[in-house]
Amino acid sequence: MDIKERNKAYNKYVSAKVPKTKPWPTLFNSFWVGGLICLIGQGINDLILFLAPNISEQSAWAYTLISLIFIASFLTGIGVYDKIGKFAGGGSIVPITGFSNSITSPSVEFKSEGIVYGICVKMFTIAGPVIVFGVISSAFVGLIYYIVYLFI
Amino acid sequence: MEMFLDYLWVFLVGGFVCMIGELLIITTNITSARILVTFVLVGVFLEAVGLFDYISDFAGAGINVPIIGFGASLAKGAISAVKSQGLLGIFTGGLTATAGGIAAAIIFAFIFALIFHSHTKK
Amino acid sequence: MKYDTVKFKRQPKIIGAYSIVGPKEGEGNFKDYFDYIMKNDLFGEKTFEKAERKMIETAITGAIQKAKLKVSDINILVAGDLLNQIISSSYAARAFDFPYLGVYGACSTMAESIAVASTLVDGGYFENVVCCTASHFSTAERQYRFPLELGNQRPPASQWTVTGAGSCVLSQKGKGPRVTMATFGKVIDWGITDVNNMGAAMAPSAMETLLAHFENTKTTPDDYDLIATGDLGKLGSEILIDLMEDKGIKLGLNYSDCGQMYFRRDQKTLCGASGCGCAATVFNSYIMKKLQDGQYKRVLFMPTGALLSTTATQQGESVPGVCHAIVVESYED
Repeated sequence: MDIKERNKAYNKYVSAKVPKTKPWPTLFNSFWVGGLICLIGQGINDLILFLAPNISEQSAWAYTLISLIFIASFLTGIGVYDKIGKFAGGGSIVPITGFSNSITSPSVEFKSEGIVYGICVKMFTIAGPVIVFGVISSAFVGLIYYIVYLFI
Repeated sequence: MEMFLDYLWVFLVGGFVCMIGELLIITTNITSARILVTFVLVGVFLEAVGLFDYISDFAGAGINVPIIGFGASLAKGAISAVKSQGLLGIFTGGLTATAGGIAAAIIFAFIFALIFHSHTKK
Repeated sequence: MKYDTVKFKRQPKIIGAYSIVGPKEGEGNFKDYFDYIMKNDLFGEKTFEKAERKMIETAITGAIQKAKLKVSDINILVAGDLLNQIISSSYAARAFDFPYLGVYGACSTMAESIAVASTLVDGGYFENVVCCTASHFSTAERQYRFPLELGNQRPPASQWTVTGAGSCVLSQKGKGPRVTMATFGKVIDWGITDVNNMGAAMAPSAMETLLAHFENTKTTPDDYDLIATGDLGKLGSEILIDLMEDKGIKLGLNYSDCGQMYFRRDQKTLCGASGCGCAATVFNSYIMKKLQDGQYKRVLFMPTGALLSTTATQQGESVPGVCHAIVVESYED
């Protein structure tokens, strides 16, 4: 049996043997934790609009997201967010709090290598691709709209 | 009653979006960075085709708090900047609209990194 | 002969062994056998890397003390760990006034260092040689995977890197279990690319070394009281049993895996323990004690190592494995 075939057969055998996560409990946990984080966001947003009714809707959302980012960053610092993440998986990765966690966690972790080469350099090791892809795709959308506006 | 219904939609839509993320994780074993990238791109797409505002109207934080909302803001910023500034808007729009979130994440991460140490997992 | 199994003529004795582990490991199944359980993972140091280094220093000093030797009696140190450029071992070696050989075999390092040390002693060139291996959960996690605070879930096939260090002193003289044979392993790669599934990546290398060992020494699994792999984990050891059965050799109740036995079920480590420290701490505590008691007469100790790095993985490489085996026999009066 040649090597390629052997490896293929072995990989097939292994993937059949790998233990599978039971999907329902983790899906359920991610559902209610994710929903809860969004509810908290809505609550903060309504509170801001209640306290400062003159503020624009867009600014209210900005304040809401900044508050959530602050909370998640703090929870990451005191070592709680990773426990939530272990329990909820996607429920705490997908909200903006997960984005905040992915920036704060390497910063805290690599503090031991100093402020410049530790915190600052490693800050975007996980979230970097998010910003890169986000900026490029939004620029692409902007370009399409620019072309469309040229013709109408 | 109406307020309760609003909140119920927030919970259901937000939970559903996060559950899709978890489903992607357990079926394809992708890392959290890829999950975030995927959902940002979804957000950019939804805004570009104009669907995002429809969902946002009834789901509120349910779609704005997931990172989809971040992607939508990027695209929204780019589109409106192109309208007001022309070609320059392609470059300035996206980041201008999301500057608050990104700056907040950087500032808080920096401050908390100075204060706290990493914890061993149990 | 495809493989070289070395039969030692002078049979170096293991005259002292010492193990030190972290708090989580200290609650596991081997808790009564370890020499020292740290109260926290930092061990009084500022960073986890420094803690790992201090663990190695402690283990080496402890093993020398238990061998009833002085530091000046030691001729050479053979040590390795998981960090890039094996810094923990090399930096720990600064503290000692004897020569140092750095070895790297990932999680198989304990057997590799004992095998190398045994040839040095057996050749008659050195009288007393110290071997040491260590790993640390927090340093390995951030080198190979993600920051500790990142809120992600561990895949079901993943294993838990042991925080711990094990050290032993090999000598020409003195009394203790004897290292009688060593089989050096080839690097084997059967194309597993999932870095969370180390057990499956390393199992073929364990099979190859085991087959070669049985063939070269004309022994069967029944000739050993214990056949112990290092950190194949639950999944990997099941795969090894299957692979051996395909080759017509049945591994019975005398086969176990250190990683699979390491933690209790409720400690939630999924497929078990891994890391250099896993095999090293079990060998230098549990296995050594059973050999000293005479409960085990002949042990085949064969930890496996996954020789990957994040750079190689990101370039799409699969995970190669290596497995070194040593035979340790209890002394006869």
